[in-house]
Amino acid sequence: MIGIIDYGSGNIQAISTIYKNLNINHKILKNPNDLDNASKLILPGVGAFDSIMKQLVDTGIKDKLNELVIGKKVPILGICVGLQVMGNGSDEGKLSGLGWIPGRVKKFDIKKIDSKPKIPHMGWNTVKDIQNHVIFQGIDYDFGFYFVHSYYFECKKRENILSTSNYGGEFTSSIYDNNIFGTQFHPEKSHKNGIHLLKNFAELC
Amino acid sequence: MLRSRIVPCLLVHNKGLVKTTQFKNAKYVGDPINAVKIFNEKEVDELIVLDIDATSDSRAPNIEMIKNLADECRMPLCYGGGITTVEQAKKIISLGVEKVAISSAALSDIELCREIGTVIGNQSVVVVIDVKKKKLFRDYDIYTHNGTKKSKWKLSNFIGKLDEIGIGEIVINSIDNDGTMKGYDVDLIESIRKKCSVPITVLGGAGSLDDIKKIIAKFKIIGVAAGSLFVFKGKFRAVLINYPNRQERKSLY
Repeated sequence: MIGIIDYGSGNIQAISTIYKNLNINHKILKNPNDLDNASKLILPGVGAFDSIMKQLVDTGIKDKLNELVIGKKVPILGICVGLQVMGNGSDEGKLSGLGWIPGRVKKFDIKKIDSKPKIPHMGWNTVKDIQNHVIFQGIDYDFGFYFVHSYYFECKKRENILSTSNYGGEFTSSIYDNNIFGTQFHPEKSHKNGIHLLKNFAELC
Repeated sequence: MLRSRIVPCLLVHNKGLVKTTQFKNAKYVGDPINAVKIFNEKEVDELIVLDIDATSDSRAPNIEMIKNLADECRMPLCYGGGITTVEQAKKIISLGVEKVAISSAALSDIELCREIGTVIGNQSVVVVIDVKKKKLFRDYDIYTHNGTKKSKWKLSNFIGKLDEIGIGEIVINSIDNDGTMKGYDVDLIESIRKKCSVPITVLGGAGSLDDIKKIIAKFKIIGVAAGSLFVFKGKFRAVLINYPNRQERKSLY
């Protein structure tokens, strides 16, 4: 069963609808202890970095996630700010991240974006899958994914970069490390490409 | 590369979808959920849904309706209509809506944009500005309550202030061109683009894909929204939900 974590942020329902249509067993999970029953986890996130981190701590989800993802190697997919919290911290806030993947969240440098609009980076952008990972199987890279963000994840290690996209220069649009995955874009709002990616994640062994 | 967004804008009135002309003569065009389902199939870039009754009736957003739309929507959704508090915005985002649009509440208290942004993130705050040409000068007045109340804000000052706050997007809607399908007000768009660096989406007047193409050619990365174009077909305005396919869209960028 895929557990979609509901701690008060993100497009939980949209993800659930996609899995429902694919006939993939899933559940929306609120209580940290319920997470134990999930074979895979999805961590959505929309909003400011600190408010997301605070919600994760206050709900007790943070401790449970460390136990499952780091301790028991349960696969997890973070979306948008759900990816950003996987790093050490963010220029957007003061709180520490989960620290799973070495890196920091930075604001786009508007000096490098030569035409208007500057930020947020918002709309449909192409992605370059640099690891040829199975999670991107069947994806139309030119059609790309939907993004809306002003901050991006800067990986410390190149091997953690799963894909890149371009906005005033190349930036990391998805990350991974073994059982941990994160996408800066929103697969739940990216039509067929998003459905493919969520399906691929569900079918990972 | 980032692409321009081609965005249908749907108006909700008395629980049904309508399309207006210069903000009047609302014509019924169908059921909101049904339209969302069709737009899902057509892989629409993004969708704007505006409840045009809420502010006029001094009513809060209809959470039940928004929830139903968000559940069905497989593309990014922007909802507007009746939002006056941070709590309402937060609630709407929690339903799975990407962006909340405010208009009259932002004009009466611009700090509300900042307050909402702190909670839901600036990138999700959209301000919709309905404008009408002044009679004598080459300038525009801002209106609220479906074009019935003139705001005291000067357009350029308001835009400047929104840019300074750093909201997620400005939707600029020409009341004069609404529903006329005779093309966008390019002068208006140009003056807005000069004054701010946040994303803008233009609305009002699109009558063909060529109108959209012209705007993208001129302004590069921009949101191009339309109502009539995506709900009517032919010169007799038969109701038909439509949207360019992937191939047709490629020729517009």
